[in-house]
Amino acid sequence: MADAPVEALSLNAITKRFGELTANDAVGFSVDKGEVVALLGENGAGKTTLMNILFGQYTADSGTVAVFGKTLPPGNSRAALDAGVGMVHQHFSLAENLTVQENITLGVRSLFSLRSGRATARAKIIDLSKKFHLVVSPDARVASLTVGERQRVEILKALYRDVRILILDEPTAVLTPQETDDLFATLRLAIESGLSIIFISHKLHEVMAIADRVVVLRHGKMIGGARTQDTDKHALAAMMMGTEATAPQVEPINPGPALLELQDVTTPNIGTAPGLKSVSLALRAGQIIGLAGVSGNGQAAMADVVGGLRSPSSGYVALNGTRIQKWNPRTAVQSGIARIPEDRHKTGTISDFDLTENAILERYKTAAFSTSGWLNWRKSRAFAQSIIDKYDVRCPGADTPIRLLSGGNMQKLILGRVLEADPQIILANQPVRGLDIGAVNYVHGQLLAARDRGAAVLLISEDLDEVMALSDVIHVIAGGRLSPAFGRAEMTPAQLGTWMAGQGFDEVVTHAS
Amino acid sequence: MRLEPIKNPSLARNLLPPALALGATVVIASLLAMAAGANPFSVFGLILRGAFGSQFALLETLNRATPLIFTGLAAAVAFRAKFWNIGAEAQLYAGALLTVMLGTGVLPWPSIALLPTLVVFSILAGAFVLLIPALLKTRFGVDEVVTTLLFNFIFLLFISMLLEGPLKDPMGMGWPKSARLIDEARLPRLVDGLRLHWGFALAILSAFVIWIIQTRSTLGYEMRAVGLNKQAAAFAGIPVNLVLVKTALLSGGLAALAGFSEVAGVKASLTLDLSPGFGYTGIIVAMLALLHPLGVVVAALFVAGIFVGADSMSRAAGVPTYLADIMLAAALLLMVLAIMLTRFRVVRD
Amino acid sequence: MEIIDILFTASFWAAAIRIASPLIFATLGELICERAGVLNLGIEGIMVAGAFAGWMAVYSGTGLWVGVAVAMLVGMLFGLLHSTLTVPFGLSQHVVGLGVTLLATSSTYYAYRLALPEVTSPPKIEAFQAFEIPILSDIPLIGPALFSQTPFTYLAFVLVAVVAVVLYRTPLGLAVRAAGENPAAVAAQGLSVTAIRMGAVVVGSGFMAMGGAFLTMSAFDSFFFEMVNGRGWICIALVVFGSWRPGKALLGAILFAAFDALQIRVQQTSLGSLLPYQIFLTMPYILSIVALVLMSRRAEVPAALMVPFNKGER
Repeated sequence: MADAPVEALSLNAITKRFGELTANDAVGFSVDKGEVVALLGENGAGKTTLMNILFGQYTADSGTVAVFGKTLPPGNSRAALDAGVGMVHQHFSLAENLTVQENITLGVRSLFSLRSGRATARAKIIDLSKKFHLVVSPDARVASLTVGERQRVEILKALYRDVRILILDEPTAVLTPQETDDLFATLRLAIESGLSIIFISHKLHEVMAIADRVVVLRHGKMIGGARTQDTDKHALAAMMMGTEATAPQVEPINPGPALLELQDVTTPNIGTAPGLKSVSLALRAGQIIGLAGVSGNGQAAMADVVGGLRSPSSGYVALNGTRIQKWNPRTAVQSGIARIPEDRHKTGTISDFDLTENAILERYKTAAFSTSGWLNWRKSRAFAQSIIDKYDVRCPGADTPIRLLSGGNMQKLILGRVLEADPQIILANQPVRGLDIGAVNYVHGQLLAARDRGAAVLLISEDLDEVMALSDVIHVIAGGRLSPAFGRAEMTPAQLGTWMAGQGFDEVVTHAS
Repeated sequence: MRLEPIKNPSLARNLLPPALALGATVVIASLLAMAAGANPFSVFGLILRGAFGSQFALLETLNRATPLIFTGLAAAVAFRAKFWNIGAEAQLYAGALLTVMLGTGVLPWPSIALLPTLVVFSILAGAFVLLIPALLKTRFGVDEVVTTLLFNFIFLLFISMLLEGPLKDPMGMGWPKSARLIDEARLPRLVDGLRLHWGFALAILSAFVIWIIQTRSTLGYEMRAVGLNKQAAAFAGIPVNLVLVKTALLSGGLAALAGFSEVAGVKASLTLDLSPGFGYTGIIVAMLALLHPLGVVVAALFVAGIFVGADSMSRAAGVPTYLADIMLAAALLLMVLAIMLTRFRVVRD
Repeated sequence: MEIIDILFTASFWAAAIRIASPLIFATLGELICERAGVLNLGIEGIMVAGAFAGWMAVYSGTGLWVGVAVAMLVGMLFGLLHSTLTVPFGLSQHVVGLGVTLLATSSTYYAYRLALPEVTSPPKIEAFQAFEIPILSDIPLIGPALFSQTPFTYLAFVLVAVVAVVLYRTPLGLAVRAAGENPAAVAAQGLSVTAIRMGAVVVGSGFMAMGGAFLTMSAFDSFFFEMVNGRGWICIALVVFGSWRPGKALLGAILFAAFDALQIRVQQTSLGSLLPYQIFLTMPYILSIVALVLMSRRAEVPAALMVPFNKGER
């Protein structure tokens, strides 16, 4: 490596606008052969857009991409692939009903080739998975794989095509800290064999651990760059957010009585995601319970049970000490449960409905908004307007289709919709995913305020930092099982990571029996 | 290419694509008329005159529009909730069936009691026919498009069986035809001396009622929510399957009124050629109306005009009447494309 | 007893295979479309167009196989129309499909009226004749049933094998299946989802038209209105019944046709005279619905069926 560095990739003054939003504003940097460059930035800073341009999935309004000195034609994924660029997306692009091998070989051979070349492909996959420690069976159906295994398939997909530049978009978001270490080991092997890597993340410690160099984006602009050996986390955080990051200060308060209890609740699996396995949990007044865990480990089942979308197949749910008989979304809302869903675009709102229609979605049948089957639009509109004013929803008016709002404003409307009903219990499922820093602070502030006035909050998040900053009590969920309760600052991230990896549960069981 | 949503479409963006779609339809029809050796201008002139050119023509168009308003409403209501009822034809015959079963003398009541009874039982019959596909969809997840289509064939054979069996008119000279309605079961004319019956008024009234239900009632709100986003509707606590079943009942009932109105207002008895595809044409009517209940009335008049006009044009110019069907199919396809283009921009990569 | 006897006659099975043939073509066509993620409700109209186009070509003096090719070409044109509207423009597959059926049907009838203005009884053509495959056709029962059919029927069976091999053994088939499962995965591998889906619909529609052409060129010898009579819709049910697999769809089509052949024969027995003939005629449609209900629980529907794909959507 004593030779002069070879420039593997260069991005020159890339600009991309979506309507009025400038997602990338003249962004440019380069990556050398064998180098790991981290692209650091908050959600919405423009990292993913930039990589989609590099990979030919979007066309830049201006600017060029060059790989080993050759400029790529814009908007052509095929050219990017052929030039040796491979990308592992944050949301995997795998066909679940096909096998691992089928997913990996898709599109590699000429479509009109009459031979499938399955034997050689299989040998190459096995070879690669040994070389890079990516254990996965070529014949397994993707639907049967865990999230970590799916990521390995995605990386194998890129390696199979002999990529020279590998882009990883938030690869650790779905991994336990231990799995992250395995991933990093694989990446180091890849660098040794001469690959260049772009590592997209907003997690500072990971960036410091794996990258040679960091490029920071903020609001679509390139703020700066540094070699990791010349900088530290604080300096990077300041660059990333514009200010030093400060974790919210949470004063401990004494929790009140249990408002909602789950007792030995078991639910069936949801597709490949596990259901709950004999889970007991009490949500107490004036307390935020954080549910940490790797995505797809039973969080959806937990949210469904608390939110009224699913009844336990065994065990029971009790409200204020009374066992619930009839449990559906409507009774959950009537029981004073505020539900902030995981996906605000698909489950939280109806995009073609206006703000008014979305505001009354959960309670249009109540006397506040309708009488004997006829809606009172005047009252409904007034309600929507009051949310708009009180929660600072930026929009042209209550009759705007909600799809025209930004994610943050959409989330504020949902917050207003559920908080205005004066809920006793709040279910917040990934409440800040994809929001910018201002909206994140706003949502966190509202959750803390609700706690302070005596609401019980269940915060489900895949972001361990978020869970640790806000929660009075933390549970880890893994494989549908729930860990014991850990108090604030009782556990380190690494200790929680062990639980997230599914270890520790059986010891507890033995211990208890 | 790629589609990009337009946030605030301009007036031109809203009007130009639909206008171009209609223009293209006319061009296609002209070319086809020329292929048949006719002058396109005279063909369109004959269609217009045949549809609206005289009092007789206009009344004929209104009469033809009546069942189309009902079947158009049936489709519009169902499609709004994304329930694909393609079986309006079967439901229409169900309404007609109940009308002749109860209106040929079984109930010897005066009009004032008999007609409302026939309306109610027709609606129930149509609702029942669509209930089966609706339950198959909500219980077993069976696609309603195929089941409702297949039901059209099944139900028509069922009617044919009845018309050659228990319902056969003994005076019918061997034709598969039911007995005639008693006079009390006939819909009177709206205005004495003009060939337009009360079914037309009932159709207009139905359109208004549906419009009010859709915009003002919780059921209408639920139906729209389910149609736009089932997942979000279910999350919010809307009973999606129940709403789909209610939608189906309403849609089936509306389609059945077309059958009632044709028998009680026009034909007086049930035959196998009662409907020349009113059920299927209702889908076009609903789509051209963008599923708006009041738009259905306008679209039904337009579609009926083309059919009535094409009939008389065909007699005069010798161009096959199927020109009307082609025009409507082309208008349907071009219009859905045009509506999409008012909301999305085509972007090149 | 009479029914059992019927099941053991070669003529019964020969009829079943004959009835199955058009269904096999059209079911395969629909299967290809759906495997790529597109529901093609244009099937009924495309079959009508194919029935007329093939017959008209032969009536105007071309050879039989040229007629088949003409039918296929016409079907592919309607497939191109369907896929242009549903794939790059992402329009509702329900609405476009019904629109294509209506357009194909009405323009066929229009063309028929223009081509033959004054006919009352439709003219006949010299259709495909049965071709007895040497040796194989001498096998008892199976021989006359399977190996004494027209070459058009043999083509149906060959196509099933070809489609199965292409779908499961070639890179192209893999791309088609992936487009119906997760189009984003296809795009991420640098393939064009639009091209794959449109190609599948165009080819599939060609097969549907061949199914229609079978009716006029190997079954009835002439073209008349309403001759397709819901067969297209039945094929959509058969695709579900066959769990989107060519082999199972073939079995489904034959099973279905056997029932149809059976009801025709039962009508002529003593049992048949007890019941109105309409009861028997409804059997195919009722069977289709029953098949849909039975398969609904375990149908492996392509995950992205009816899900439009818009590149770079955010």
